[in-house]
This record gives sequence, structure tokens and C-alpha cells, in this order.
Amino acid sequence: MPPVLEIADLKVFFYTDYGVVKAVDGVRFHLNAGETLGLVGESGCGKSVTAMAVLGLVRYPGRIVAGEIIYHQNAKKVRLSGLDPKGREIRSIRGNDIAMIFQEPMTSLNPVFTVGYQIMEAIILHQRLNRRQAREAAISMLAKVGIPLPEQRVDEYPHQLSGGMRQRAMIAMALSCRPSILIADEPTTALDVTIQAQVLELMMNLKAEFQTSIIMITHDLGVIAGIADRVVVMYLGKVVEEAGVREIFYNTKHPYTQGLMNSVPSVRGKIRDLKPIPGVVPDAFALPTGCSFQPRCSQVSKMCRTEAPPLTEVGPNHWVACWLHS
Amino acid sequence: MSKSSPRKRAETHLKGALRRMQTDKGALAGTGIIVILIFLAALGRFITPYDPNEQNYDEMLLPPSLSHPLGTDQYGRDIATRIIYGCRYALLIGVAVVGIHFVVGVSLGLLAGYYGGYVETIIMRLVDVMLAIPSVVLAVAIAGFLGGGIQNVIIAVGAIGWRAYTRLVRAEVLSAKEQVFVEAARAIGCGDLRIILRHIMPYTMAPVIAYTSLGIATAILWSAALSFLGMGAQPPTPEWGAMLADGREYMQDGWWIATFPGVAIMVTVLGFNFFGDALRNALDPKTEKRI
Repeated sequence: MPPVLEIADLKVFFYTDYGVVKAVDGVRFHLNAGETLGLVGESGCGKSVTAMAVLGLVRYPGRIVAGEIIYHQNAKKVRLSGLDPKGREIRSIRGNDIAMIFQEPMTSLNPVFTVGYQIMEAIILHQRLNRRQAREAAISMLAKVGIPLPEQRVDEYPHQLSGGMRQRAMIAMALSCRPSILIADEPTTALDVTIQAQVLELMMNLKAEFQTSIIMITHDLGVIAGIADRVVVMYLGKVVEEAGVREIFYNTKHPYTQGLMNSVPSVRGKIRDLKPIPGVVPDAFALPTGCSFQPRCSQVSKMCRTEAPPLTEVGPNHWVACWLHS
Repeated sequence: MSKSSPRKRAETHLKGALRRMQTDKGALAGTGIIVILIFLAALGRFITPYDPNEQNYDEMLLPPSLSHPLGTDQYGRDIATRIIYGCRYALLIGVAVVGIHFVVGVSLGLLAGYYGGYVETIIMRLVDVMLAIPSVVLAVAIAGFLGGGIQNVIIAVGAIGWRAYTRLVRAEVLSAKEQVFVEAARAIGCGDLRIILRHIMPYTMAPVIAYTSLGIATAILWSAALSFLGMGAQPPTPEWGAMLADGREYMQDGWWIATFPGVAIMVTVLGFNFFGDALRNALDPKTEKRI
């Protein structure tokens, strides 16, 4: 499978009054066509900022200071990181080639417009359709995401829909232009567990139908196990481990990933105490020297305290940034 | 709408507001007054047999009677006729002034709130400077500089009231632009202009619309005050403020000359205030207490 998106050595820094926050510090990964890539990590590890950087939506005082984001548009290579964030080119890619779903279905729809209007807006911005055709397209998208009575729902306002319905409407909006990449930023976090499963299943079905690649940002390992093909684990703005989904669950290498696995209850396995990762995420203004996980790591060595480990391949397509494995 | 009847076509925000207003006595009174005003302004000259400006020295200073229900003034002009013709000026000034306030104030507020930084600093400091000058002084100075006439009253009053709109809109934009739906609009490829006009502006409009109706009342009061001071409508224009000023000298001989234009101003202002208050309550469902 050829890659559709390549991110190399991406650095996004926020220049605040109190100092520089290195939200994304040298991230590299790629997304293959037709693949679901899970992007995992704790809050504040740079998952969302990475996603925003892809769309050129990093807000002041944040800035992409280094690195490349390459999008393969059919046979053409587009360097997203070099485009003017307010320019025409990136705007024609947003929503059309690369779409995004947000965490909060309650607030990501504008309360003063009908759901249909908002889906139509995305369609009219990018496709040569008149209002009637766009409305038809919006209704058929609502039907595709499993909203009953789409002809009526299209004229309803966001507050008239339940949380699950709204997230379905967001998915309809995101997929309405048949994007080649869908970035889902914790799309199920705000939903009930039963609705989560339905929404995830819907996304997987539509992914197959629309031939979309998905970047699934989440901190829920259950979601990852359910739908991801490959997993990238981030910690404090860096990639610490990258592997196929089976490999990462059955052959976990990085102590941080192991810590994540241990802090999730298992339904089938033996009943055991959950083991949280000791310590807290360090202050973003005063990052530790060497490996950024070293203050919380149980297997820390001298080397870890002085030098940051490089991302090295320890198995086929299994990359780890840890001195234990290099 | 309840989940049990998803088939029923939804009540829109506007329809809900209208429904709430129908049960509000203040709203009904305000709407009634405004409708009468519009009616008189449009069709008033078919109701009255007199000319508002023709002087008639046989009928000077007549008290209210059947042929002159509100009496006549020192030049023998029918007061009722002049008040009816004055409706036009009141409405014209009110709407035009608020139009200026709205366009200037809202666009500056949108720009300041959305772009922040230097744009915001410049606009908001300008507003602060304007607010530091007393409104009366500013309006009188502008009207005095431009000279009399309805058009100049509109400009003078238009120049003083937009500041409140800018502050109001900027505050609303600040909260609106942090909403995820704005980020979402950006993520589907909307440009700045589209985001400001399509996504942020409607979100900020509820308090502004209510303020607009209250603003018309204030504008009418202000223009009457300027005319009263002799810097607004010039004689013989039947503008209420100017009529009030004319009648002031004849309070001893003809109390009706100054009183009825004053009542007209009061009723009109009251009507727009009632309407504006009701509109504000109706547009904000959180303030709904009535059943």
C-alpha cells in the first residue's frame, strides 16, 4: 500500500509568555492508503496538535518550526507544511481531501444553523453543485450515517439531535466530499459506550465504502484494539513506539506502552489490580533531560537520563524509541 | 421538541421567539404602538384635512376642540396634523440612526473580536476615547458643526451610539470564536470572511437585535433633544422636538402646543422600549419565566 500522508521530523512549538512549549517535537509517521492508524497517548502529548498541523490549523502562538507534511494527492505530492495556512490551496484541501471530526459533538455543530445547512456548506464549498443538488447529497449522507428520517432531520437544529446523532451528522459532514483522509480526534470520547460501538462500526463501514484512510486519535486502547491496523504511541510530543496492532498488544516493547496496557482493565483475563503509571506528565516548560519518559520509567538506566533514545526498528515495521531495545 | 414526536417539523428559534412574544403584554402594547406609528407615517396625510405647514391667522392658539382635536399653535397650524406628519421624521431618524449604529458598530466589533491583536487594540481604544467624550457634547458639537436639518441630526446621533454595539459584539465574538464549530468550519475549508459572516455573526445577533429596538427609542429621544436645542430639524418642519421647543414660550397661553408633541415622543419611546424588552426576553429562552 502506498502512503497517502507522510510526516517527517515535525516540530510544532508554542511561544508563550512563560516560555516555549514543544508540543510536537520531532514526530514522524506515515499513513497508508486504506489504513486505520491509531494515534495514542495521554492528554497533552501532542496528538491533537499533530492533527491540526496536518490541516494547517495550528493557532497562534503555535507554529510549525520544522519538518515536512507530505500529502499524496493522486499522483501529486503536496507539501502541506509549506502552504499558507490562510491560502486557497490549503482551504481547497481542508474538508475536500482531508476532513476532520472533533471530540465534542455538542459544540462542533453551529447551534444557529440546521444540520442540513452545515453539511451543504461543506459540499457547496468544494463541489460544483447547486443548492438543490447539495441538499439531496446532504440527505443521502444523513441516510448513509444511519440517521432515521433524513428528509426531516436535515431541517433540524443541532440541539434537537442526541449526542450520538450529532456525531453521526459530523461524520456525514466530514465524508460528504469523499475525503481521502479522515482525521478523527477522539470521536467517541463524549459518547455512551453503546453509542461508541455503533459510531465506530459506522466509521469502519463508511471507510470501506468511501475508500478513506483514517487517523484515529484516542486514549482509549479498547477503540484501538477494535479498529486500528497500525498504532503510533506518543509521549510528550515524541513518537515512542510504532507497530502493527497485534504486535503492539502482544509484543509491547516500550515501558510507557506497557504502562498504558497495565492501566486498562481486562475483561477476559485474570482479575488483577490496575497498575497506573507512577508520577505525572512533567511540566511542559521544564522537560526532563535525556528520554522524556525517564522520570516515570521503572527500567531507567544511566544512559536514559542523559541522552534521548532514537526511534529504531526492533522487528518488522516495529519501531521503538528506548535504550532497552537498541 | 421532545424525542417522542420526531416527525413533527421543528419549531425554529424565530418561531419560538414569536410565540413567546404573543403571550407578553408589554410586547403587545409595544407592537401596537409601533404599528400605529407606521400606519400614521404611511397614510397620515389621508386622515387629516389640514396642511402641516400652512399658517392660518384666523385660528391661532385654539384649544382642543372637535375640528382641532389637539388644538392649534401660534401660527394657527393644527397640532394633530403636525404630530401625524412628525411620525415620519421620528421613524426615519430612528431607523436611519440605528442603521448607522448597526453597520458601523457591528462590523468594528466583529473585526476587533475575530482578529484580536493590533486590530482589536486600535478599535477598542477608539471606542474608549469616544466613550470618554460625553455623548451630549459630542452630538451637539457634530450637529453644530454640520448645521441643522434632518440629515445632519441623523449623522450626529449616528456618530455617538455605535460604541455600545462594538463592545457588545466584540464580547460575543470572543466567546463564539473559541467554539469548536468555528474550528470545524475552518476544517471544512471556510475562509475568514465566510467564518465571520456566516458562522460568528448570526451567533452574536440575539442580544444585538434586542438592543436595536431599544436603540431606536434612544435615537428618537436624542434627535428630539437636538431639535429642541435648535440644532436639529429647522422650522417649519413638523418634528416633535422642534414643536416642543416652539410651544415652550406659549405654555401660559396654550399648554397643548408643547404638551402633545411631548406625549407623542413619550408614547413612541415607550412603545419601542416595551418591544425591545419583550424581544430580548423572547430571544433568550433562559429568561423565560411565563408559561
